[in-house]
Amino acid sequence: MKRVYVREEYCAGCGLCQVHCITAHSEYKGDIIKAYKKSFPRPLARVIVEEKRPLSFSLQCRHCEEAECVKACITGAMQKDPATGIVINDTARCIGCWTCVLVCPYGAVRRDETLHKVAVKCDMCAEAGGVPLCVENCPNGALEYREER
Amino acid sequence: MLREGQIRIPSGCAISGIMNKKGRVFGGGDIINSIAVMHDRSNGLGGGFAAYGIYPEFKEEYAFHFFFDHTTIKNEIEALLKKNFIIASGEAIPIRKSKSIKDAPLIWRYFVRPKHRVLVKQEVDEEEFVVRFVMRVNSEIDGAYIFSSGKNMGAFKGVGYPEDIGEFYRLEEYSGYLWTAHGRFPTNTPGWWGGAHPFTLLDCSVVHNGEISSYDANRRQLEMYGYKCVLQTDTEVVAYIFDYLMRRQGLPLDVIVKAMASPFWHEIDRMNKKEKEILRAIRVVYGGFLVNGPFSILIGTNQGMIALNDRIKLRPSIAATKGDYLYVASEEAAIRQVCSKPEHMWMPRGGEPVIGLLEASQPTRVPVRTEQEKIAINS
Amino acid sequence: MSLKSYVTPSFLIERNKERCIKCKVCVQQCANEVHRYDEEDDEIISEEHQCVNCQRCVTLCPTGALTIRKNPNELRQNSNWTAEAVRAIYIQAETGGILLTGMGNDRPYPVYWDNILLNASQVTNPSIDPLREPMELKTHLGRKPDSLSIKEGKLQKKLPPQLELELPIMFSAMSFGSISLNAIKSLAEAAKQEGTYFNTGEGGLHRDLYQYGENTIVQVASGRFGVHADYLQAGAAIEIKIGQGAKPGIGGHLPGEKVEREVSETRMIPEGTDAISPAPHHDIYSIEDLRQLIYSLKEATNYEKPVSVKIAAVHNVAAIASGIARAGADIIAIDGYRGGTGAAPLRIRDNVGIPIEFALAAVDTRLRQEAIRNQVSLVVGGSIRNSADIVKAIALGADAVYIASSALLALGCHMCQKCYTGKCNWGIATQDPQLAKRLNPELGAQRARNLLRAWKHEIQEMLGGMGINAIESLRGNRLMLRGIGLTEKELQILGIKNAGE
Repeated sequence: MKRVYVREEYCAGCGLCQVHCITAHSEYKGDIIKAYKKSFPRPLARVIVEEKRPLSFSLQCRHCEEAECVKACITGAMQKDPATGIVINDTARCIGCWTCVLVCPYGAVRRDETLHKVAVKCDMCAEAGGVPLCVENCPNGALEYREER
Repeated sequence: MLREGQIRIPSGCAISGIMNKKGRVFGGGDIINSIAVMHDRSNGLGGGFAAYGIYPEFKEEYAFHFFFDHTTIKNEIEALLKKNFIIASGEAIPIRKSKSIKDAPLIWRYFVRPKHRVLVKQEVDEEEFVVRFVMRVNSEIDGAYIFSSGKNMGAFKGVGYPEDIGEFYRLEEYSGYLWTAHGRFPTNTPGWWGGAHPFTLLDCSVVHNGEISSYDANRRQLEMYGYKCVLQTDTEVVAYIFDYLMRRQGLPLDVIVKAMASPFWHEIDRMNKKEKEILRAIRVVYGGFLVNGPFSILIGTNQGMIALNDRIKLRPSIAATKGDYLYVASEEAAIRQVCSKPEHMWMPRGGEPVIGLLEASQPTRVPVRTEQEKIAINS
Repeated sequence: MSLKSYVTPSFLIERNKERCIKCKVCVQQCANEVHRYDEEDDEIISEEHQCVNCQRCVTLCPTGALTIRKNPNELRQNSNWTAEAVRAIYIQAETGGILLTGMGNDRPYPVYWDNILLNASQVTNPSIDPLREPMELKTHLGRKPDSLSIKEGKLQKKLPPQLELELPIMFSAMSFGSISLNAIKSLAEAAKQEGTYFNTGEGGLHRDLYQYGENTIVQVASGRFGVHADYLQAGAAIEIKIGQGAKPGIGGHLPGEKVEREVSETRMIPEGTDAISPAPHHDIYSIEDLRQLIYSLKEATNYEKPVSVKIAAVHNVAAIASGIARAGADIIAIDGYRGGTGAAPLRIRDNVGIPIEFALAAVDTRLRQEAIRNQVSLVVGGSIRNSADIVKAIALGADAVYIASSALLALGCHMCQKCYTGKCNWGIATQDPQLAKRLNPELGAQRARNLLRAWKHEIQEMLGGMGINAIESLRGNRLMLRGIGLTEKELQILGIKNAGE
């Protein structure tokens, strides 16, 4: 399956991936200013920019073949779509037990406590389809959306 | 208004050439008839002819054709000639008064040989001496202009339609084995006789239809080698390039035409290794002699005639053969006018030369390759 | 006791609060630490003193909330003591040092390219459509013999070595050290893809770049940094750098801070030491010494590579160029007074040298008068800003041009002129790994390539318009040029007529 790969040697650490991720997951898709100023609660970014200068990279869910989070989920909220391979958390079923957070070997699942407690993670912008917005908006080609090599 | 020579004037034209490859001479009537058919390709502001083999009685002398503005300058030039040359003969070129030809200058010819001691003093060979003399007169002396300087050949030109110029010079009375003609359509009206074609240097004559976009690149390259482009005409540049590559560099004809109308790099890339190396070298070394822009030229020499088009054939030319005769002209009609049933007629492609060499040509100084002799006339 | 700075900020940063989403991209990206986030007030604050107007924050701001403008705060109007003149004094009073700057001369001297117009065909001569007909830009640089000898269909003597360019544009010398490895990789890859050359400058050839050897001109400059046998062999040509348009007459200085491990290895000097290129080559004090170096380099490379000599355009450039040609150089590169630099003393950059247009015209004319124009190829640089400048340069007599500032602009440079600080926010003029990684060489190569291709198309269009289908027919074809707004003397030096003549 196609995944987002990071080329940390070109990551400028600017954080635009996060800005676009937040916008993509808000009710104001495509409008950054509204997404930031009007949506409440403001969604969490599903990508995390890790930085220890000069190293930096943008981290997001690997959508593992054998996804630990899926196995560990106690409610069945975390599912791997058999057709696309994308691991998605169904927030309606998620109870915020953080088991997935605990088992994820990459630290790619985040805790969202703004309303009811849920786990949030990258959904590969599946709803919109096409290239994930973090990849599309990376100014330096540090993120790639491609098949495994 | 500035005269040609002080300013560059683009022009369109008609050209025609006829030769007998066996060297048999024929009168000037045919070439006049041929060029007359293309009357509308010129506008009465320039016409001219080059004829080869017309002065057998003076074939060892350089035939200088002069335009003089007045007799004072004529006398000065004659003194200068006497200082440098042995003059075998000198006379006014016979003309026929004609209503259509006006304002003719004094037109004279001298058959001359450079004095030996002058050559020794200047340490140059005969031809180089003549070239320098012609350049000097034409660039430095006001009121005198040498428009023909080869052996056993002559140029005849002036302001008027070519057929009228032919009549004016009584060309039907001359016999030559190679004739070229030109009718001019300049975009300006300088009305200067020197500006008409053909342009000549030694026995090399050029008639040319086109406008050379590479003019200044060519001119500046030539001026490095001592040529003075006094007329600022494209034709002059072509003549000098030819003179430089043939006489001074001693290059074979096929190399010269490849330098002047080079194959494209993509064509060179497809050639075999040996050819590629040569063509690359020609383009790299003689790039300044690549003639760019639309042109169709006829070059006459004592050895024959070469017709050449620009690389993408932006000006017309057509060639035909019949028996020992080779014809090249801007239009088919100009050939059919004087050769009703040609045996072979073709449109040479851009950059593809038509080379007609005199079979009976005496041993010459110009290195010409044997294969060339074989392809003479059928190119 | 420290001196208080009297220098006021040059720029003013306007942040549109309605647009700012406090995403901190600007904070993250400014190496000069102009923007900072105040957690207590949840505000982003901009400290303008350090702003160099590189436009990095403006370009990356996802909401277009930032505008940088000239600081409207003004000193009392004075045509003699301009703000810049006053500022310079304050800085020198504080530092006691030479004023440094980067990139090319920015003074309002005339740009002669902009006073030259090109010709096109109408009626008497058909223009040629490059979309339908071949339009040849292939260029060969190197010594051309006066004649060829061809016997029995064979070339009797091989041509001297030639650089073959698919288009008459090369990337000018920029060293590893002055610019980042990623910047060099971008240009090297673009040169390879488009069939031209990049130049190492005096920075040596990093091991990652040997794969681009066929498209490399290796430079030998007065410091001889990074010069060894493999280096000379690796390149397609060798360039002896005598001078540079931005700083004629002086050497170079790469501060020790920029000499990190990779630079130190490539230049073959200890890490952290200053790399100082002397003003002259200390083995070239005369033209005959230059000849020795030219032939030493030819000998060392078996006479297989053309040798170029690069000089700055100075007053006597024509005579100097003639001497260089006679000293055996195959290529002469002339850098005009607008040429860029990674670091130069401001007063030298802005006051020494002459315009490349005059230098080129004078050199080409002189070499032709001496009938030695064939012996060398002429490459000119020093602010070639677009394809029309190139066409004009070739018509004046150049064989090809060198571009550097334009190439860096293509990679993202915004001409802030602070290259010498090493804090280039665009990852170009820096060795800071955090900054250098901002330039992805794959994207850089694509941009540089696009620029070359765009210019190639434009040159072809202009050539076609003139009725020319091979670049050699433009070379020295000054009749294709006309001056506008020039004096008689300027026209005479350029060797061109006035428009309307």
